[in-house]
Amino acid sequence: MDFKSIKEIKTHLLKRKISIFELNEFFIDKIKKSKINAFIFFDEDLIRKRCKELDSIKNDLPLKGIPIGVKDLFCTKGIKTTAGSKILQNFVPTYESFVTNKLNNSGSVMIGKTNLDEFAMGSSTTTSYYGDTINPIATDKNLVPGGSSGGSAAAVSANLCLGATGTDTGGSIRQPASFCGVVGIKPTYGLCSRWGIIAFASSLDQAGIFSNNVEDASILLKEIAGYDKNDSTSSDITIPNYFKKINENIEGKVIGIPKEYDLPNIPDEIKIVWEKARKKLEKGGAKIINISLKHTKYALPTYYIIAPAEASSNLARYDGVRYGYRSKSQNNLEEMYESTRSEGFGNEVKRRILIGTYVLSAGYYDAYYIKAQKVRKLISNDFNDAFKECDAILTPTTPSPAFQIGQKEDDPIKMYLNDIFTVPASLAGIPGISIPFGKSKDNLPLGIQILSKHFNEQVLFDLGLFLEKNNE
Amino acid sequence: MNNIIKGKKFNWELVVGIEVHAQISSNSKLFSSSPTKFGSTPNSQVSLVDAAMPGMLPVINEFCITQAIKTGLGLKAKINNKSIFDRKNYFYADLPQGYQISQYKHPIVGEGKVEIDLPDGQSKKIRIIRLHLEQDAGKSLHDQSPNKTYVDLNRSGIALMEIVSEPDLSSAEEAAIYINKLRTILRYLNTCDGNMQEGSLRADVNISVKKTGEKNGTRCEVKNLNSIKFIKQAINYEAKRQIDILEDGGNIEQNTLLFDSKLGITKMMRNKEEAHDYRYFPDPDLLPLEIEDKFISDIKNTIPELPDEKKQRYIDQYKLTKYDSSILISEKDTSEYFEKILISNQELKNHTKIISNWIISELFAYLKKDDKQIKQSPVSPENLGKLILLIVNNTISGKIAKEVFEEMYVNKSDPQSIIENQNLTQVTDTKEINKIIEKVLQNNQDKLSEYKNGKNKLFGFFVGQVMKNSNGKANPKIVNELLKEKLN
Amino acid sequence: MKIDKKTILKIAKLSKIKLKENEIEEFANNLSSILDWVEQLNETDTDNIEPLNNVSSSKLPLREDKTVSNNSSNQVLNNAPEKVEEYFIVPKVVE
Repeated sequence: MDFKSIKEIKTHLLKRKISIFELNEFFIDKIKKSKINAFIFFDEDLIRKRCKELDSIKNDLPLKGIPIGVKDLFCTKGIKTTAGSKILQNFVPTYESFVTNKLNNSGSVMIGKTNLDEFAMGSSTTTSYYGDTINPIATDKNLVPGGSSGGSAAAVSANLCLGATGTDTGGSIRQPASFCGVVGIKPTYGLCSRWGIIAFASSLDQAGIFSNNVEDASILLKEIAGYDKNDSTSSDITIPNYFKKINENIEGKVIGIPKEYDLPNIPDEIKIVWEKARKKLEKGGAKIINISLKHTKYALPTYYIIAPAEASSNLARYDGVRYGYRSKSQNNLEEMYESTRSEGFGNEVKRRILIGTYVLSAGYYDAYYIKAQKVRKLISNDFNDAFKECDAILTPTTPSPAFQIGQKEDDPIKMYLNDIFTVPASLAGIPGISIPFGKSKDNLPLGIQILSKHFNEQVLFDLGLFLEKNNE
Repeated sequence: MNNIIKGKKFNWELVVGIEVHAQISSNSKLFSSSPTKFGSTPNSQVSLVDAAMPGMLPVINEFCITQAIKTGLGLKAKINNKSIFDRKNYFYADLPQGYQISQYKHPIVGEGKVEIDLPDGQSKKIRIIRLHLEQDAGKSLHDQSPNKTYVDLNRSGIALMEIVSEPDLSSAEEAAIYINKLRTILRYLNTCDGNMQEGSLRADVNISVKKTGEKNGTRCEVKNLNSIKFIKQAINYEAKRQIDILEDGGNIEQNTLLFDSKLGITKMMRNKEEAHDYRYFPDPDLLPLEIEDKFISDIKNTIPELPDEKKQRYIDQYKLTKYDSSILISEKDTSEYFEKILISNQELKNHTKIISNWIISELFAYLKKDDKQIKQSPVSPENLGKLILLIVNNTISGKIAKEVFEEMYVNKSDPQSIIENQNLTQVTDTKEINKIIEKVLQNNQDKLSEYKNGKNKLFGFFVGQVMKNSNGKANPKIVNELLKEKLN
Repeated sequence: MKIDKKTILKIAKLSKIKLKENEIEEFANNLSSILDWVEQLNETDTDNIEPLNNVSSSKLPLREDKTVSNNSSNQVLNNAPEKVEEYFIVPKVVE
């Protein structure tokens, strides 16, 4: 039996070819043997207890018994939630995030909390206080799994669970999905509630899914999406049954190829795969058109003003007063604050807090923050215009395959450039999916990204399924 | 009004502007569902949102928006159809998020005004710059331990309206009148209970001085004053301090000050080495607040008669003086008490002056002695009305009425039964009164002859004697008339 | 934009992050190069463009004024590094 498809395993479970216990023991065993440090929290007894509980429920549930990894940015009731940071090393929420609560209600088994870049700030999962996660594709090469949801991507890729949650602020789902050779979808901003997800940049953060294949992603996304009155930015829309509606017949679909993504300095291996995907879609009956997203080049600098600005404020609550780490140096309040935050945060987080504080401070606010908000508007307008002409946009997910651990750490900007293809969609709030497609010259997985207009996740699944089936 | 302050060398004028922080009366907090009850067990009214737990998000309370709009309408102010919530970033132990959600560039309410009545009978218009919504902070207790601060977050997240005035006030007295007036308006609207002792109304006061005819000087801000007495003290202290410095050739530094209520002085805040930089930016957890005209007009329809209009009506309809009217309307409960007397005793509608006198002098004196509010008055408005009716139809005299009132106040009884039980009904029977007069004149032959020899002022003596012999029950008017007949 | 030592210390103070002597220059250099890099935004023409705060096209949802009482301070005090009775405890505030 092949434990790689939720769709198939659901059939096996229903036909009693396998029990919930057997299924989860398989994964417990795999996780215990795994050496990639995908999980920050893993408790086999808790998993068994959950299986027993599910076994006693008579009726079927959409994800009954399916083991799911949860990025350690989602608060889980009674289970330590760290955001990959020392500052939350002992934090145990008394509440469950909206998304994971939905997953629990769907009958899934929370198999463990996955590793991530500290506070989701990074593209490598090497800024976690709990150690690096290693890309399982070629463990001998010591590659990063991407980030920030690197633990989730790696766990799905290494078959340590059947799906995992992630969050994507500037590419934190799509980029690691690409590096690890799995499917990753960041839905429209507002589709999934942010309630109970530790905030990085509130206007950009969005929960999403990692899975082994497109169909599973469509099944899982429906289970985590939905309106939440406790998140004022959540959208009150009906969630379609993506899986039932999925249609790999792409005839007549209009696909835009943005010329601004064809950068001179990206390697040929990326360009070749992009071209291949384009040809496949054309062969499948889609119409390919050239489009322009004029302000693409400004997306990264815009993002690296807005995201740190929001983060500097969102992370002010980690002050050692009510929860989390508190420094021993505490002769007065001021000293306690400074020591706690200096000892509790890692360098990348500090760097972003400092940038964010700077761009919001008196005298610089208009020049940096307001300017960035305006350019964000231009970027969003570019997409709106483009979607008047096409149903979806096709781009590479990343400018390179997975790189080596430690390779880009000395230069923050080099690291930020990883998100060059993913950040524009984040700024516009539109959905994006990364599908494993093609290989690098070193035989590493590559991803192809499909973008669509707000709330049109269905077309991502349709086109994604087509490419998945036509990937050689 | 003349508000010139004479310094040693020059004449000075005071320039005062006030930011009032008024806690909105609501069941739950501005962005969370925690209760807002005062005086609860520490940290028992704190939700996950109020404690800024990771991943928690704000959801705005519709009623607080309604309350802010209502207040704006009460201040004759412009309501903005679009307003934006910003984060004001700073660290403090009782500020869990590390920022306060407030409104910076786009407040919910724009320019308005408040009219105040000055002691000399003049009115003055105080301009309101804006009113915005924001979260209250928690409380830090510094006196529980020598080296620790205790933090209670019950107050954290309660809705505040910050009402900012132009620097239109020119004395401590005016500032006090302004705060009182604002509080009256808020209470009429039921948007804030105005309780300064419990901190539901607090003020930051901006003070500067200038030489007559010159432009405003550098101002200092005294933070967090929670009584009208302290506001007046702080303003007067600051005025003197600033004038002394300027007259000695010094300069005023723009500063934030604290008021030491024990010593009655203002003090510099100690940690001023880091200038605040609040880094306001729109809260990405909240969308812009958009208010339709219909929403505003629906609220407009619920606005009760406000103090200024009520005062004018009292003057026009009840023919009361401006002074009496302004006292009767200064508390909503007082005006309600007054109007209940009129409703329950229709015959009194031409006797509003005497009703007003009884409330302002008798009733207030008794209540003040017992430290009671008019709502707790043992004498109901219906009963006070009955008593006044007995006076105006000459059943009892004013003097007896005062005795009856005391009895009513102590025993909560109605005036009719007191009078009947104690046989206090006024004597209006001329025969009976004449009998008493005869007796008095009989017993005071010597005074009578003095009077007849021209000592006219003895008339009062005879009135007094007659009243005394009737145990105060004789109608003084009739006594007067009959005596005149007899003596002349 | 070159970030000097004074500026980085001011920003660190506002952020309540204490930088060690050897970190000051490193972070100042990091920030300088990041700010230089983001300044390419000045090439764009943003006259008459409204800043985009949030991509959501929804209306701000309003909550009814109902209370939900937790009736216990446990939920918020559970994770407190230091507490006495029902209070959070912090080192003395120096005013």
